[in-house]
Amino acid sequence: MIDTLRLTAEQALGLLERKEVSSAELHRAYLDAAGERDGEIHAYLRLVENAEGTGVPIALKDVISTKGVETTAGSKILAGYVPVFDATVAARVRAAGMPVIGKTNTDEFAMGSSTENSAYGPSHNPWDLTRVPGGSGGGTAAAVSAGLAPWGLGSDTGGSIKQPSALCGNVGLRPTYGTVSRFGIVAFASSLDQIGPVAKTVRDVALLYSIIAGRDPNDSTTVDQPEPTRLPEHDRLDGVRIGVPKQVAGLQGIEPGVRASFDAAVKLAGELGAEVGECDLPLSFEYGMPCYYLIAPAEASSNLARYDGVRYGPRAEGATYREMVERTRDEGFGDEPKRRIMLGTYALSAGYYDAYYGQAQRVRTLIVREHAAAFEGFDVIATPTSPTVAFPLGDKAADPLAMYACDLLTIPSCLAGLPGLNIPSGLSGGLPVGLQLIGRQFGENTLFRTGHALEQAIGFDTVPARLRA
Amino acid sequence: MTWETVVGLEIHVQLKTRTKMFCRCPVGFGAGENTQTCPVCLGFPGALPVPNGAAIASTIKLGLALGCAIAPRAVFARKNYFYPDLPKGYQISQYDMPSCIDGRMLVPMPEGELAVGIVRAHLEEDAAKTVHMGGHTGRIGGAEYSLVDYNRGGTPLLEIVTAPDIRSAEEARRFLQLLRQTVVELGISDAEMEKGTLRVDANVSVRPQGADELRTRCEIKNMNSFNFIGRGIEAEAARQIAIWESGGEVLQETFDFDAGSGTLTPRRSKEEADDYRYFPEPDLVPVEPPADLIERLRAELPEPPAERIARLGLDLDLERALVLVTGGLDRLYEATVAAGADRVAAANVIANNLVGAGVDPSGVRASELAQLVEARDRIPRQAFDEAIGRAGDPGFAAAPYLAREAVSDASALDPVIDAIIAANPGQVAAFRGGKEGLLGFFVGQVMKETGGSANPRVVSELVRAKLAG
Repeated sequence: MIDTLRLTAEQALGLLERKEVSSAELHRAYLDAAGERDGEIHAYLRLVENAEGTGVPIALKDVISTKGVETTAGSKILAGYVPVFDATVAARVRAAGMPVIGKTNTDEFAMGSSTENSAYGPSHNPWDLTRVPGGSGGGTAAAVSAGLAPWGLGSDTGGSIKQPSALCGNVGLRPTYGTVSRFGIVAFASSLDQIGPVAKTVRDVALLYSIIAGRDPNDSTTVDQPEPTRLPEHDRLDGVRIGVPKQVAGLQGIEPGVRASFDAAVKLAGELGAEVGECDLPLSFEYGMPCYYLIAPAEASSNLARYDGVRYGPRAEGATYREMVERTRDEGFGDEPKRRIMLGTYALSAGYYDAYYGQAQRVRTLIVREHAAAFEGFDVIATPTSPTVAFPLGDKAADPLAMYACDLLTIPSCLAGLPGLNIPSGLSGGLPVGLQLIGRQFGENTLFRTGHALEQAIGFDTVPARLRA
Repeated sequence: MTWETVVGLEIHVQLKTRTKMFCRCPVGFGAGENTQTCPVCLGFPGALPVPNGAAIASTIKLGLALGCAIAPRAVFARKNYFYPDLPKGYQISQYDMPSCIDGRMLVPMPEGELAVGIVRAHLEEDAAKTVHMGGHTGRIGGAEYSLVDYNRGGTPLLEIVTAPDIRSAEEARRFLQLLRQTVVELGISDAEMEKGTLRVDANVSVRPQGADELRTRCEIKNMNSFNFIGRGIEAEAARQIAIWESGGEVLQETFDFDAGSGTLTPRRSKEEADDYRYFPEPDLVPVEPPADLIERLRAELPEPPAERIARLGLDLDLERALVLVTGGLDRLYEATVAAGADRVAAANVIANNLVGAGVDPSGVRASELAQLVEARDRIPRQAFDEAIGRAGDPGFAAAPYLAREAVSDASALDPVIDAIIAANPGQVAAFRGGKEGLLGFFVGQVMKETGGSANPRVVSELVRAKLAG
């Protein structure tokens, strides 16, 4: 009997190596777990019954193109769309032998922080089914926490890997921009989108990252990592300098329980030998959000222009080409993509470009510089990942600005193109709290080392309390 | 009032690369509809562009040939608009940071050199081909349905924009001939207007002779030969002059020129102004050509056609020099002269006889041609024409033809000449009355009578002596 709730990917790999189970048996075990529990969680949009492979099974967010398997990005406008090619990351995990368990739920086009914007209904948090799993990658995070996948891939534009991992109590990495191919990823905001791993442990995340990272000739914005990925082993943090932005202390909206868990984690890092100090990111905290909400919608308005009903996806009837396109898009897109298309179109319009998109790009440059300056004195910057624990379904669905605020802490480093790792730092009111560790460009190994040592010291149980036997 | 025409040209050149601009689909004519396509050029979700290095090198070559500054950093942008021939909903095109700026082409003209400024030359991808069915206009408005062939979509296009430095249809024609020859000699495009690999739009305005102002311009499209471009410019200038002279005002419009009827048809003006919402293409990194690449390409440049025309023009009249160079004949001409042929005679034989006989100049050996040029009056016309017709054959030798001497014997020619003089008393009287040009008429009659076997120089001397006597 395979305990999918507890089994890590590394342990599963051990079972395969010792031939105690087959890849097909593992795959079946996760499908069975999904059959048992996914009715109430809805982590998956669809399961892949007959996947081939020799390795540890994997869940893929539904923005990742999978050859022969429907890929909708959580949108009706891609209903029935079956890619004729694999995204590079899908090809790499398949080449590594991993059978795909299924495609996981996401906010439509990865736009959202709760999965409530999915055209196919929200996912539920395995810790408390009345609450959201975070988003946009709530499906992958919920699948990993509920034992429906040992690991999975998500996509992160402004926090879509890190925030759901925080709310579901697992480990998620948003890699350095350009280290993982975006080829075949349904694009949201090209200059921000990154694919990354989600798993129960830092070591699993590092292992999966090592498989998907590296230059891809099909994505000209990718580069090779300057150094190979190292699986973390040490449980001490001597010599690691951790900076806490002084802005965190004054931030409204960070729940007391989250703050307490964060403070405890920072204190623990000090006890493990890390040198903890204060850094300063004033512009990032003040302007990160508005900057992001100009750049990301601007790029999205262009990236989503291809969904016109001409070549794929559903097509609405219309008397003219224009009418057909307008109806197709009106019926196919939900409110959030429409909202961002309008925002972005406006930000790029003649006469407004300089004041909005152009200005946001200049601010982005300042945010990049501000982070670079902070990393002169520190190896890692630590903040809470999410200002809150998982919130009840429906709580913020009608208030876009409240929803956008979920990503307040994850956005600045995304704009700077820097890697960020979420690890669980504890519980608040019985719900997981996430710790965000931000690294230098290509600083993933430092993040793995720091995250692993803290993970060992914290001893967080990733299995949701309500599912523990 | 005397009016001056002011013309600027926008030229699109389809580059002769093996593959498309941003994917590896083959470029070529004649394949079945939508067979040269892939997820990238069809704009499938997640597909990403990868720039074609050969197209970038071609662009730099042309820029160097036109004396442009080559940008150390060129940036691709997205030009956003909806049309069925545009699968992504945007065209990738260099915009405010093109590869080539600020060049100049000198066009030899009878009254001196005309300098035409090259504002920019930039790289972009072509749109697909649409056919609108069921309507009577052939346009999308009113069509019952439209068919799209994406084979052409994504092929590399070079757009060249001139300054408004052209003052007449004739100048436009000469500039274009020279530009086309430059492009062809660089080997970057076939530049054939009939095939659409060279497309020209003209921006035309008029102003009182001597004025500095630039008045409202109109754009003329759809002209598929240099002659039609000339006629289109003339028609548009005449239309504008008539408007100004009748006290009216020229409005900015775009016209299609119908060469058959010589009429300009306005394109239906769009309801709203175009706003293409340009922004830098986030899926591509800037083009930063290394200095050694630019220097290597510069070293490979052939001598510019304009310089060769100027050089040839020292010995020949300008029109003849232009014909030789733009006809790709000047290298053979120079080699023939170097092999001992008379300059004017060699130019005549090459531009008239050789081209008239449809001989490919690249297959002709200059040493043999030079002998034919020198012997052209000595050998029978028949033998000369035959030799010219075969001059491009492999292993062609002039010697056998040179052995066929023309009839120079006065005793053989006298009776023929006498008969012709007797039969044309009117022409004889006119010649004696001072119409010396009629000499050619008599010589021609004799040549005709002798089946081309007479030596025209001897005939000419004999006729002159007889008419004088």
